[in-house]
Amino acid sequence: MSHRHEGNCDEAIDALYAFLDGELTDAQRGDVRQHLEGCSGCLEAFDFEAELRHVVQVRCRESLPPGLRERILAALEELQREPSS
Amino acid sequence: MADRATFADQAMEHMPSLYAAALRMTRNPADAEDLVQETYLKAYRAFDTFTTGTNLKAWLYRILTNTYINRYRARMRRPDETDLDDVEDLFLYRRLGGLEEARASRSAEDELLDWFTEAEIKDAVESLPEQFRIAVLLADVEGFSYKEISEILDVPIGTVMSRLHRGRKALQKRLFEYASRHGLVSTEEHG
Repeated sequence: MSHRHEGNCDEAIDALYAFLDGELTDAQRGDVRQHLEGCSGCLEAFDFEAELRHVVQVRCRESLPPGLRERILAALEELQREPSS
Repeated sequence: MADRATFADQAMEHMPSLYAAALRMTRNPADAEDLVQETYLKAYRAFDTFTTGTNLKAWLYRILTNTYINRYRARMRRPDETDLDDVEDLFLYRRLGGLEEARASRSAEDELLDWFTEAEIKDAVESLPEQFRIAVLLADVEGFSYKEISEILDVPIGTVMSRLHRGRKALQKRLFEYASRHGLVSTEEHG
């Protein structure tokens, strides 16, 4: 991590997750972006974390087991037919 | 107040992501199917309490999560956090980000996809202590906001952030163990 650049790397890294989570105000977001433009070390770290999250999202996808949707729809129809109590 | 007749139309599209979350929670396909079915039946019965125009997906996740915690008697014990003390910020990046393979590649994503198998990523998520795992699933996999997660789990936003912080550390630590097993990194410090 380089500390030669404008702005504070520690502050940027502290804000990393809130940044990726979309939880910063526009002003805070602007500050982080400005720092990243001048600091390749932090930019690399942000990229790494963003890509890691993307990989976790992609790898955690599942296709529905065959028949599950139909079973649930059938169970819902069954419920609909029950007299309301 | 929501109309039950429209329930299936609106709620069914969320089933794949609910099933994926259920599978990460229960770690068992049969239990995950039961959990999703129970979630839909409960949601249907309670649909007249759902406010049209609010976040249906978050509402379904709230039912899923509560059902999981209650039905599967999730061991919501406080996770042992002492073994996260040595996990600093950017734990994985500091160990893997500077590797030759990453530098040579135009895309860190291609490398990350290659470094870990699908089974390893899933196992790493499923290895997280319950509270951390649910928070990480909701934020990192499903993209819910801190506020939405706090409403889904009925905990303060500060608690959400704390669980996410620790859960992400634990996830990186676990992934680092896989990277070490693959011989991607030596046990000495990098970066």
